[in-house]
Amino acid sequence: MTTRLLHSAVGLAITSAILSILIFRLASPIAAVFELSVCAGLIFAIFISSITVTQRVSAERLIIRKKERLRKFWLLPIIIVLVAAALSQVHFQMAFNLPAQTEENNVKIILWNLRHLDLLGQIVILLTGAFGVVILFKEWKND
Amino acid sequence: MINDMSQLFWMCSIGAILVFITGFYCILVTFNLIRAIIGMDLLTKAVTLFLILAGYVTGRTGLAQALAITLIVIEVVVIAVAVGVVLCVFRHNKTIDVKLLRNIKG
Repeated sequence: MTTRLLHSAVGLAITSAILSILIFRLASPIAAVFELSVCAGLIFAIFISSITVTQRVSAERLIIRKKERLRKFWLLPIIIVLVAAALSQVHFQMAFNLPAQTEENNVKIILWNLRHLDLLGQIVILLTGAFGVVILFKEWKND
Repeated sequence: MINDMSQLFWMCSIGAILVFITGFYCILVTFNLIRAIIGMDLLTKAVTLFLILAGYVTGRTGLAQALAITLIVIEVVVIAVAVGVVLCVFRHNKTIDVKLLRNIKG
């Protein structure tokens, strides 16, 4: 198991948790709960289980990779900082409408009545994913 | 109130843009397949936040939440299958370093 990959997975889970707080602040509590339970919980567990199976990269190779990364992409962190600084200076005034708590904004009604084909698609995708994972690990078991 | 909403909107927009750039950077820089999947997940998270923001601005949070939930379900399935593929690659090659994977080289 590699510690650096573990740090990446923990960072992703923390990002998911912060994102769910933001989504909750944006008047979308059900999506926030989904984000927190599925992305910060399930995906984190998937990543941890896969990281425990893989092996650590050798120290020499790690040094080579770091050098290559610094040589090729030294400009990108600077771009990220510059973009963040530039965006924090932008102040546009926008007209906002407060989300009305009407039946039109009820996610349960929208999901079950208006977007029921989405639900059907989700079920098909879940079954496809489960089938794919079973096939991938079935081969592993046979070996 | 409007000022608070505007401030929240811009804070979330900047956050989403930064998460998107970070995910893109992660995919570009890394040689590790699991970290590439983490980068892809970050890109999806940025898109989710943009969807919720669009619903917040237009006042149609219900529809935005329905779409975000669909996106989250698709994201989980894609990641589960991608991790399965990565584990299969590791089993065959004993590495997940993309520079060392030469079995599918044309």
